[in-house]
Amino acid sequence: MCRSITKIELLKAQPDRLATLLLLAMLVLAACRPTASGAADAAATPSPQRVIQNKGSDTLVNLALAWAEAYRHVNPDLLIAVTGGGSGTGIASLINGTVDIANVSRQIKPDEIADAEANGIEPVEFVVAIDALAVVVHPSNPVDALTIDQLADIYTGRITNWKDVGGNDAPIVLLSRETNSGTHVYFLEEVVRKGDSDSTDIFAPQTLLMPSSVAITSELRRNPKAIGYDGLGYVDPAHEKLIAVAIDANAPYIVPSVAAGMDGSYPIARPLFMYTAGQPTDAVAEYLDWIMGPQGQQIVADLGFIPLAAP
Amino acid sequence: MVKTEQTAGLPAIRNDAPAPPRRWGEWWIERLIRGAGISTIVLIGLIFVFLLREGLPAFVHVSPRTLFGVRWYPIEEMYGLVPLLVGSLLVTVGAVVIAVPLGLITAIYLGEIAPKWQREVLKPLIEVLAGIPSIVLGFLGWVVLAPLIQRAGAATGLTAFTGSLILAYMSLPTIISISEDALYAVPKEYRDAALAIGATEWQTIWRVVMPAARSGIVIATVLGIGRAIGETMAVMMVTGNAANIPALGWGMFFQPVRTMTATIAAEMGEVAQGSLHYQVLFAIGIVLFLITFAINWLAGRLIGGGGRQRRSQL
Repeated sequence: MCRSITKIELLKAQPDRLATLLLLAMLVLAACRPTASGAADAAATPSPQRVIQNKGSDTLVNLALAWAEAYRHVNPDLLIAVTGGGSGTGIASLINGTVDIANVSRQIKPDEIADAEANGIEPVEFVVAIDALAVVVHPSNPVDALTIDQLADIYTGRITNWKDVGGNDAPIVLLSRETNSGTHVYFLEEVVRKGDSDSTDIFAPQTLLMPSSVAITSELRRNPKAIGYDGLGYVDPAHEKLIAVAIDANAPYIVPSVAAGMDGSYPIARPLFMYTAGQPTDAVAEYLDWIMGPQGQQIVADLGFIPLAAP
Repeated sequence: MVKTEQTAGLPAIRNDAPAPPRRWGEWWIERLIRGAGISTIVLIGLIFVFLLREGLPAFVHVSPRTLFGVRWYPIEEMYGLVPLLVGSLLVTVGAVVIAVPLGLITAIYLGEIAPKWQREVLKPLIEVLAGIPSIVLGFLGWVVLAPLIQRAGAATGLTAFTGSLILAYMSLPTIISISEDALYAVPKEYRDAALAIGATEWQTIWRVVMPAARSGIVIATVLGIGRAIGETMAVMMVTGNAANIPALGWGMFFQPVRTMTATIAAEMGEVAQGSLHYQVLFAIGIVLFLITFAINWLAGRLIGGGGRQRRSQL
């Protein structure tokens, strides 16, 4: 029973949609097992083992896995099954009542709250970490700094050639996550629309919508004309080049880093959330407390995300 | 010895005794076969009803101007189906243009030219090809084909053409096996007669055998197209999924596109049941269904009445 869950977690380290499908199948299998052997457990021990279902944002999936693995040392009796699929998927599962904790990389939308309440579920929000969104290009690209305005122009298709932002004479290949990704929505609001809620700018139709973070990084590593964005925790500076971002041409250009995210100087950073159905109780509450405590936040920093406070 | 005689005698006694049980068995088998046949029709009917029930509201709730729009961006309620249609069309046309001639030539080689031992080696191999899961081909496309196409000069390797190549590869086994069967079914007398009146081997194949196998070849092509237009995962991995309408010209095959199937697959997981977006995704399903239906109908027309006779003759 324990072993089957571990397998899920190891495999989930690749937040790929395809892997997710496969894992969903495995999860179903795994979910059958505890019920089969759970009866035996209940007979042997006074408290049956509890499984926390944890699902959602691909940005959060590696972090959620690291937490789940580390928490096994704290409470060996608690099993935590982590699945990716995207923030929208996580919220949908919370509304359907199939998960205990939904991982979401954007704030829950009002219509999602309404859907949840219609289902008799009250989503409760927890900020668990801060994520800086890194803008990334191929290491051979001469461009190394952009303003938010330039990024907006690039992603809306007003600038289509690298030479207009100081690069080579080559077309810009735009990479983005799919529209069900919290990262996509955050980038749309904060960069494409520059935080202006009245703006109706959207991504250029030429934008390649990639099904996973892995797909974005692997295309970035082989395509010198590509530009993409992803959570800082997913970027490997050895293979990809981080772009320094400034709010405008007069402001300093800041390279994304944990430090720059913590002091607030990096302009594209956002909170990451976990949502529970109603106020969490017993095991789920303890788990969330641990995540927001020093041990949980140390893991946040280790994975390249920004902890809530200095651990 | 005595024992064998006894056992040999037993069946004779049994034969004329219990006839009703055997009849019952037959009755059941008949019902079972008929039920299986009807269930197919019922299932297709149910699928269609379900599709219509979930998808038709989209045509009411979304204005035709939006549906025929050129932007697909569901989180802003832009449900333009044109880029998705164009995407599916480009990928499928590319796949057919590559796969049909290649498949036919292979079938002709296998059926008419190759010596028997080659046939016996190649045919099973081609059937193995059909068994490769599409996701594996998609992965190959992502890792091997896309970088090649990028190196050949495209801005990115994730293009309609990359999808076409993968789909062509996937529909080849279908096209080859079915058209080869059709060629094989052409009576030997046709070939003998053609050769006897002095036709060359090529003339026999092109003027006699191919026309005689026409209906089978059309079916092979249609099934190939059907496989191509319905494929999802492999296409989603290699076409870039940009809901873009490429400018007309040869370059359009080397641009990223987003197909209808990939859109449904990528977005179905996120939508709330019954929402507008959900209905539009089912509407895409209806469009796909209609396209498949139209292709089948067209194939039926192409084969024509003569073709049907020939098929029963084969």
